[in-house]
Amino acid sequence: MKTTRVTRTHDACADPGAPPAGRTRWTARSVHIPGGLSLRLDVRAFTVVVALLLAALAASVLLIGTGDFPIPASDVLRTLAGQGDQGQEFVIRELRLPRALVGLLVGACLGLGGALFQSVARNPLGSPDVLGLSQGATAGALVVIVLFSGSATAVTLGALAGGLLTGLAIYLLAWKRGVHGYRLVLVGIGVNAVVTAVNGYLITKADFVDAARAVVWMTGSLNGRDWTQVWPLLALFVVLLPLVAGNARGLRMLEMGDDISHALGVRAERVRMLLMGSAVLLTAAATAAAGPVAFVALTAPQLARRLTRSPGPNLAAATCMGAALLVAADWASQRVLGADQLPVGVVTGVLGGAYLLWLLVTERRKGRI
Amino acid sequence: MNRLSADNVTLAYDQRIIAEQLSVEIPDHSFTVIVGPNACGKSTLLRALSRMLKPSEGRVLLDGQVIQSLPAKQVARTLGLLPQSSVAPDGITVGDLVSRGRYPHQGLLRQWSAEDERVVREAMEQTGVAELAGRYVDELSGGQRQRVWIAMALAQQTPLLLLDEPTTYLDIQHQIDVLDLCAELHEEQGRTLVAVLHDLNHAARYATHLIALRDGKVIAQGPPGDIVTAELVEEVFHLRCQVIEDPETGTPLVVPAARSARTRAARRSAVTEAS
Repeated sequence: MKTTRVTRTHDACADPGAPPAGRTRWTARSVHIPGGLSLRLDVRAFTVVVALLLAALAASVLLIGTGDFPIPASDVLRTLAGQGDQGQEFVIRELRLPRALVGLLVGACLGLGGALFQSVARNPLGSPDVLGLSQGATAGALVVIVLFSGSATAVTLGALAGGLLTGLAIYLLAWKRGVHGYRLVLVGIGVNAVVTAVNGYLITKADFVDAARAVVWMTGSLNGRDWTQVWPLLALFVVLLPLVAGNARGLRMLEMGDDISHALGVRAERVRMLLMGSAVLLTAAATAAAGPVAFVALTAPQLARRLTRSPGPNLAAATCMGAALLVAADWASQRVLGADQLPVGVVTGVLGGAYLLWLLVTERRKGRI
Repeated sequence: MNRLSADNVTLAYDQRIIAEQLSVEIPDHSFTVIVGPNACGKSTLLRALSRMLKPSEGRVLLDGQVIQSLPAKQVARTLGLLPQSSVAPDGITVGDLVSRGRYPHQGLLRQWSAEDERVVREAMEQTGVAELAGRYVDELSGGQRQRVWIAMALAQQTPLLLLDEPTTYLDIQHQIDVLDLCAELHEEQGRTLVAVLHDLNHAARYATHLIALRDGKVIAQGPPGDIVTAELVEEVFHLRCQVIEDPETGTPLVVPAARSARTRAARRSAVTEAS
């Protein structure tokens, strides 16, 4: 395996046969594998992805160790490796591991879904929680809770259906010879307003028990999540990941506008539809599993981008950032108020809101907003 | 037979028809320039030739095949386009942007080769942006930015290159710069260039083949020296003028009539008609 550096400064008088001499910035490294395969690697972005992944896993270990029955991190690791005692084994395997996995997956789905939407909309505000997708999923869940007093599974399915329907509605309303950034954001904000109103109406119709259940669901929480939530999420993630990865390069080109990407041979509308569809599925599934956890989809891609300092959608970094954020927020919520007291959505809401304000203030200073 | 042609195309946006039954041949290895007044359909024709706009009737042929029937990446390896407006992603460097021109030559498992590296370097050297490779695109001046976009189109390595008003928003020095660069690409590398230009004198100086459009119809086409006459300019642009020889190149040079001369001429013809 041979590696060559791709230089960002090219020596004008270099011998064409010689490897180019770089002098200033090294941003990408290309990896050539015998047989004509080659991959492109942005070293900084790759490091960030690995670091975020490790951070997410470390936060998960802490989260698993936290609760009414605290377990030190070393014991958590030993138990996960299959060498713990039976009491810890039960608590970890049956109660806390699925919760942490749901947290990781929900965060990853929200981070990835948010990054896809923001890239298609070419606007940080084009994220699923602003566009009304989370509210749409909530509406689906509320219909099941309030009108049918349905089971937990029915609520999940209702939320999934609500999210998908809202996504479809936004796409159809925003479609005019292709979906474009501002249209998408404005239509999404409109849809969000309508669905929020519907949700408010549904809550007023509910009796006391249903209303309490609905409100807990609406804050977004990982309490009581078990393996039945893990498998469908994991399956969806595994199916969608290759689809998204296969179209990610097309998405990078789309950020330069439809004309240029057409000229480069990207089937713009197809790529956009596939990726928006995937993003809607990811967001709806995440919301169905954990409720509308606020602001992760909005903040994760933006934070990831600031860390990688790399142009483009930064999908991998946003995915890992989402997972790390959500698990860390869940851990923080348990540490602050004790186990199961504070739903994770409250913490992400506070952090995300503060981040949004900071973003508005700093961007305003730079004169961008 | 030429590689690129439009055969009896009707071009329309939704219901608004821009051109009907328009046929155009782009001579191979020519520097073809499309001119005409605003809203004559010149950019629309270019969009159709680059398969961005599907003709509602007729067909655009690339190498004898209907362009829409060819795989998108294959077309992108044959025909490049520099559109009027493109957005440079935030925080992208010149080198990274130019590298994106290699997209149609790459795949998921073949993302970057030594060949890509060489072509990108050459494209940047040809357009004189090699020293800017590490700079952010947002920091560049308009003229430099246009060169970067051209470099990206060159990195695409297409035998045919379409340019939609490449000189708009540039000052005169940079306009000439960009046009000289185009002429160089055409003469030295034998690429076929098709450009939409606003300035008739630039068109007459640089084009080897000129297509004059008005209201979606071809009024005249051929080498500028043969077709650019005062009558043609009057017919296409409704502008009275003299056509003289360009002292630098010997190509036709259009000198618009001074306003007073125009009014005098109009008055004269009115008097002649009255008598």
